[in-house]
Amino acid sequence: MTDTTVTRTPEVPVRERADVRRQVRLVVTLGLALALLLWFAVVIDDPTVSYVLGERVTREFQPQPFNGAIVSWAAVAVTGAALALAAVNRFPKGWLGGLLMVLVGLSFYLAFLVWAYADQTGSFSAAIANPIPGTIRVATPLVLGALAGCLCERAGVINIAIEGQFLAGAFFSSIFASVAYSSLVFIPVALCAPFGMLGGVLAGVLIAALLGLFALRYQVNQVVLGVVLTAFASGLTAFLLGQIPGDRKAELNDPEILQEIRIPGLADIPVLGEALFNQTILVYLMYASVALVTFLLFQTRWGLRVRAVGEHPKAADTVGIKVNRVRWQAVLLGGVFAGLGGAYYTVGSTGAFDRDVSAGTGFIALAAVIMGRWHPVGAAFAAVFFGFMLNLKTQLGFVDKLPTDLLGAAPYLATLIAVAGFVGRVRPPAADGVPYVKS
Amino acid sequence: MKLEIRGLTKRFGSFTANDHIDLTIEPGEIHCLLGENGAGKSTLMNMLYGLLEPTEGEVLLDGEPVTFETPGDAMAAGIGMVHQHFMLVPVFTVAENVMLGREQTRGAGLLDRKAAADLVRELSGRYHLAVNPDALVEDLPVGVQQRVEILKALAGGAQVLILDEPTAVLTPQEIDELMGIMRELKEQGTSIIFITHKLREVKAIGDRISVIRRGKVVGTAKPTASEAELAELMVGRSVNLTVDKAHVTSGTTVLEARNITVVDPRGHQVVKDVSFEARAGEVLGIAGVQGNGQTELIKSLLGLVRPDAGEIWLDGKDISKHGPLQSLEDGIGYIPEDRSHDGYVGSFSVRENLVLDLFRNDEFSSGLALKLDAIAANARDRIAEFDIRTESADSPVSSLSGGNQQKVVVAREFSRPLKVLIASQPTRGVDVGSIEFIHKRIIEERDRGTAVIIVSTELDEIFALSDRIAVMYDGRIVGTVSPDIKREDIGLMMAGAHEPVSGGAA
Repeated sequence: MTDTTVTRTPEVPVRERADVRRQVRLVVTLGLALALLLWFAVVIDDPTVSYVLGERVTREFQPQPFNGAIVSWAAVAVTGAALALAAVNRFPKGWLGGLLMVLVGLSFYLAFLVWAYADQTGSFSAAIANPIPGTIRVATPLVLGALAGCLCERAGVINIAIEGQFLAGAFFSSIFASVAYSSLVFIPVALCAPFGMLGGVLAGVLIAALLGLFALRYQVNQVVLGVVLTAFASGLTAFLLGQIPGDRKAELNDPEILQEIRIPGLADIPVLGEALFNQTILVYLMYASVALVTFLLFQTRWGLRVRAVGEHPKAADTVGIKVNRVRWQAVLLGGVFAGLGGAYYTVGSTGAFDRDVSAGTGFIALAAVIMGRWHPVGAAFAAVFFGFMLNLKTQLGFVDKLPTDLLGAAPYLATLIAVAGFVGRVRPPAADGVPYVKS
Repeated sequence: MKLEIRGLTKRFGSFTANDHIDLTIEPGEIHCLLGENGAGKSTLMNMLYGLLEPTEGEVLLDGEPVTFETPGDAMAAGIGMVHQHFMLVPVFTVAENVMLGREQTRGAGLLDRKAAADLVRELSGRYHLAVNPDALVEDLPVGVQQRVEILKALAGGAQVLILDEPTAVLTPQEIDELMGIMRELKEQGTSIIFITHKLREVKAIGDRISVIRRGKVVGTAKPTASEAELAELMVGRSVNLTVDKAHVTSGTTVLEARNITVVDPRGHQVVKDVSFEARAGEVLGIAGVQGNGQTELIKSLLGLVRPDAGEIWLDGKDISKHGPLQSLEDGIGYIPEDRSHDGYVGSFSVRENLVLDLFRNDEFSSGLALKLDAIAANARDRIAEFDIRTESADSPVSSLSGGNQQKVVVAREFSRPLKVLIASQPTRGVDVGSIEFIHKRIIEERDRGTAVIIVSTELDEIFALSDRIAVMYDGRIVGTVSPDIKREDIGLMMAGAHEPVSGGAA
């Protein structure tokens, strides 16, 4: 009997085409970054900028001025070193290379901020603020949406309708929370907003049920279906919003919003604590959901079956697993998370529902699924990255250096570059989007 | 366990795939089911395994009638199946694949991976099936993946094991090992249904042989029956198992590959420093087990994949940078290994498929317009010449049988002047009649002075056609030998051994 491993013949010492491409890509990217950084450093007249540790200037957090030139030139040095390594093809691979890329990205970000905040002409000069609290808030629905995407796609169902689930979730959580406050006497005021989340979950599951019905039962093309469901949810919520009479807005679409809950101890960690642990219940649910979905997918019987039907449904069928039943379960459970994500846009942040309140973030959550390589933890980190970009857009809105409209497009451009450039070759679940039909 | 099949019938619309099949499989018996591709063997087994619902008839286990709605029911009753295309999840470990569907848990649906791995170790010890339970299936060689499939069936408590064309993907040595495993299982009381179309194997292992043709059991035979008798029973007429070809002296070198290296998208070197030459009027057979770099080598010759190193020369011209279109114009004909994927467009008509790579010629088009009359006339001629059995030239190719689909591909490739013909698995999934025909045409092409390269995993085919045989293993050509080499020796080379001394090197 032969051994289970094959004896491999030695490799031929040739330079792979893929290696050449990698070097070209690195040199071009780093070269562009270096050129921009040099420009950032050179055009600044007065390098003095100030920062605050809090999210905005308060009595507790006062602006601290510092010399930005140090940051600008340090970034040039880091990027220049990375470029030199790439030019002689000594750029490290594996985690070390990843670390170096993160370092370059971080220094680029800081130098860019220094450039953006230096030489301000406005009547008051803004300070660089702590981006973490805003990032976590904006990332919350993205993470929840990405988890929904992970669950569906791991089971082999493409879910483009996350945006639709967000909208339906947002609308119905507003309605539920408002009605609870104005009509349902048995619900205490403090629980009205969480009750709204329940409405969001139900709406998310409803859209998921439509997705399941058409994708699994009628085997409609899942990409087209997802786009149609999103358009449907957008139209439906806009229509229903229009049906609310002006004099009843307060009863139907003016919800209590979720209150921040401070976790003692953890919230006192400097810089990070306030951002991570003085948040609403929805944010804490988001943290827990990442762990829960990871656990479900990789440690339980159900998760093994979900991944099996997403990779090789016929293999699952031949061992007696009901493929479409498992897919239904995954799609519906995904609806719970996507609906919760939708709730963020009303009861989790601003209150009343407005037309297309989620503004396309459902599609960004989808991008996070891909960038996170269909792993819940990876997708969550990708979602946080995109949340960071969206938050950056808001923060830079206070600075007059960049045109607002261009800034508005920046997070989406970053999404595109990230998905195209940094993801590289990824392998989706083998049966993703393929209906299972018994032969 | 005794398995009886009585009058089992399956109809798809007006087509009868299985017609009143009666079979009895005794406990501890290896029962061979012999039949051509498309004879209805797989349909029968899918009914036994709950994947298809019989139209008529019944299945009895130890005298009790049973019905299976799902494979789960069949497994619970003690029937296990090893499918021709493995039913393994490539990104799962061996243990995960074995546990799938009947997972060991630590309560509350929590996977118990350790118990699963222990079960795999226990079973692999008991049946001498060496596998590492923690290995990822996609990293395992095909022969080991098959062991995992067998383990999976045994873990489900299978007492009747169905093996569907299990030898198609194995080296001769692995086939011997598989037969050893089958004997071991038989001794421990498992009944085995062994489905194949290879005569040599049924004679080697079978206790009884049932032959299926066009959905009917046409006879049973003892393993002592001669191959010619079995072949006649299987095909329904006497067949010529050898290809008549005159001995030729090969001409000048037409195609030359120099130090080709190909790296696949996952970063593995799949072709390593391969050099060979194909000569005019000669068939070069490339033997080897599937997945040893043949596919990538052929694709690089055609410009479908750019090699990471090396050069390809055709008639003294460097064609290394040519894409597929230029390769066609250079005079390279190509019969791809997966015809439904690379060979034809299934929803296109026979007529259209016959000009897929010719429609640019002045004969079939002028400017933007196709010359439909010329295309129709071409289809009439080719259908007659290659004896393509189709309802009409307008039928979609996907409606044809495998053999006729392949004839469409072959007819198209042979309808332009060729310098080199590259045929990958030219007769895979093709009935015996069509195999004879295709082999004859390939030899005719050789006699016309074309350099022919045949890639095949079937040693019979390699021996029948080749004038020289190059053996590939792990991305390298481990040796080039003449076709009078012994079968065992070439088998060893396919498993990585270098040229044996006994083989006459060419």
